[in-house]
Amino acid sequence: MAQFPEGKQKSALLRVLHIAQAHFGYLSTEVMDYVARLLHILPIEVYEVATFYSMYDTNPVGKVKLEVCRTGPCMIEGAEKIVTYIEQKLGIKDGETTSDGLFTLKTVECLGACGYAPMLQAGEKFHEHLTEEKVDQLIETYRNKPVANYMGLENNG
Amino acid sequence: MARKLLLEHAHVEGIHTLEVYRKNGGYRAVEKALKSMSPDDVVEEVKKSGLRGRGGAGFPTGMKWSFIAKPDGVPRHLLCNADESEPGTFKDRYLMEKIPHLLIEGMILSSYALGCNSSYIYIRGEYMYVLQILEKAIAEAYADGWLGKNIKGSGFDLDLFVSPGAGAYICGEETALIESLEGKRGNPRMKPPFPAVQGLWARPTVVNNVETIAAVVPIVNEGGDAYAGIGVGKSTGTKLISASGNINKPGVYEIELGVSVEEFIYSDQYCGGIKNGKQIKACVPGGSSVPILPHYLITKTAAGESRLMTYESLADGGFATGSMLGSGGFIVYDEDQCIVRNTWNFSRFYHHESCGQCSPCREGTGWMEKVLHRLEYGHGKMEDIDLLWDIQRQIEGNTICPLGDAAAWPVAAAIRHFREEFEWHVNEPKRCMEKNYGLVKEKTFEPVNA
Repeated sequence: MAQFPEGKQKSALLRVLHIAQAHFGYLSTEVMDYVARLLHILPIEVYEVATFYSMYDTNPVGKVKLEVCRTGPCMIEGAEKIVTYIEQKLGIKDGETTSDGLFTLKTVECLGACGYAPMLQAGEKFHEHLTEEKVDQLIETYRNKPVANYMGLENNG
Repeated sequence: MARKLLLEHAHVEGIHTLEVYRKNGGYRAVEKALKSMSPDDVVEEVKKSGLRGRGGAGFPTGMKWSFIAKPDGVPRHLLCNADESEPGTFKDRYLMEKIPHLLIEGMILSSYALGCNSSYIYIRGEYMYVLQILEKAIAEAYADGWLGKNIKGSGFDLDLFVSPGAGAYICGEETALIESLEGKRGNPRMKPPFPAVQGLWARPTVVNNVETIAAVVPIVNEGGDAYAGIGVGKSTGTKLISASGNINKPGVYEIELGVSVEEFIYSDQYCGGIKNGKQIKACVPGGSSVPILPHYLITKTAAGESRLMTYESLADGGFATGSMLGSGGFIVYDEDQCIVRNTWNFSRFYHHESCGQCSPCREGTGWMEKVLHRLEYGHGKMEDIDLLWDIQRQIEGNTICPLGDAAAWPVAAAIRHFREEFEWHVNEPKRCMEKNYGLVKEKTFEPVNA
């Protein structure tokens, strides 16, 4: 918060929400109200931001979010096949979470890795040049090891 | 061998650290500027260099800087736009990840030129790992006296911060970026007032792309005239191009503006030709927003001249037969790709990313996505093609920010050049699920009178 001038602490909101989400797993109303008190702003100012940006979840998600890029160049390189493969492997559809609460699958728009397509983001890590084997591997890895969502913070939700 | 001004040392081991960056000539430009140049001298060199905004619009940077208001006692801010999210573009990420100190050095020079004492890098939330690289580099720069109070005894103070976004393409628009940095939804503002007069916290603000700011470093080092000596006409210097799609060597390349498109696609120095020996079908030369070009207009203009990688040559022929250099997101499609599907994919993107403020964009992008989905999945009617044309025309120019235009242009260009492929989707529904349409027939164009 110290990055911003006196009286402009609202500017820290996006970062604070990232930290809160990394810690609690998702942004519940209680968490958002707490953030509002912390920054001396109205709860609605937090809600409107949390619902605007696609990285924030206002509903519970799995411990590991697998976010597959589906835009243009990734589509050309087979993003749709990767999504279908993950759907079948984990038995969930796009946007759903596995019953053990471990994985959420989400298709997202361009993540800026077009030259290394297809790709997905898990927590803050980019996985590029995906193949079915690579997907198998990383799902195995994340089954046993939690993922860092923000600055090395793990999801404790 | 092409000259590299930004990525020359990108492959040096440990270049992300201050120590190695210094050994390779890093922070020389800051030393030079703080010792022997006034802020106005730096602005003057940038003007001379002919540097144009590398984020997509191509606006002359020196001119943008000269617009900044300088009321007494009001702080000014420089914001670096690192919200790179244009599909096809990944150059800024590469630059920040490899050589973070180049951006920091550029930020110091640009802040000095503009008289800013606290500057921000706004980076997209998905690049959280890049944010950590930048913050580490910034901490090194503070420790070594390149940031903070009285930088290297010059009397110039600068604090530099990184602030994350959270997954909104629209925040790459400069006024939306400012809103977001104020902790609000990324809704673009009406202009005027322009950010140069009232930007961040209603203070005079300049927003520049990562690559633009990095380019200030070689400009100060070598001089504006030397920089302007590279390139063709008003396209001066070098440009980072992110190449993706059906090519042998996708990646980020630094080119001297003026290289021919043919060389860029087929030479081994760059893209290395089309994958699997296939034919090129289409190309989007500057990120998803710019018009797509059919195979016969990629390496040659409608007038039959060789097309070059410059702002002017790529735009030759206007939108009828040309495109734009844009952000340098160079996407290549081979003969097996479906243009209708690709256009639908892009429309879905713009629908998803529309902030919802202006009706033509909020509603229009959704309609385009639905109509294109219908065509692609074999339920389209012939009238749908004209309907699409109509919708895109109603969006273009009728919105607060350029996202509306960016959503309209790819649809317009796809219909303009690939109409027969759209018609084929109506006449032979679902055929494209098995085999794609292939190359469109070459059309001839009436010469456009300038």
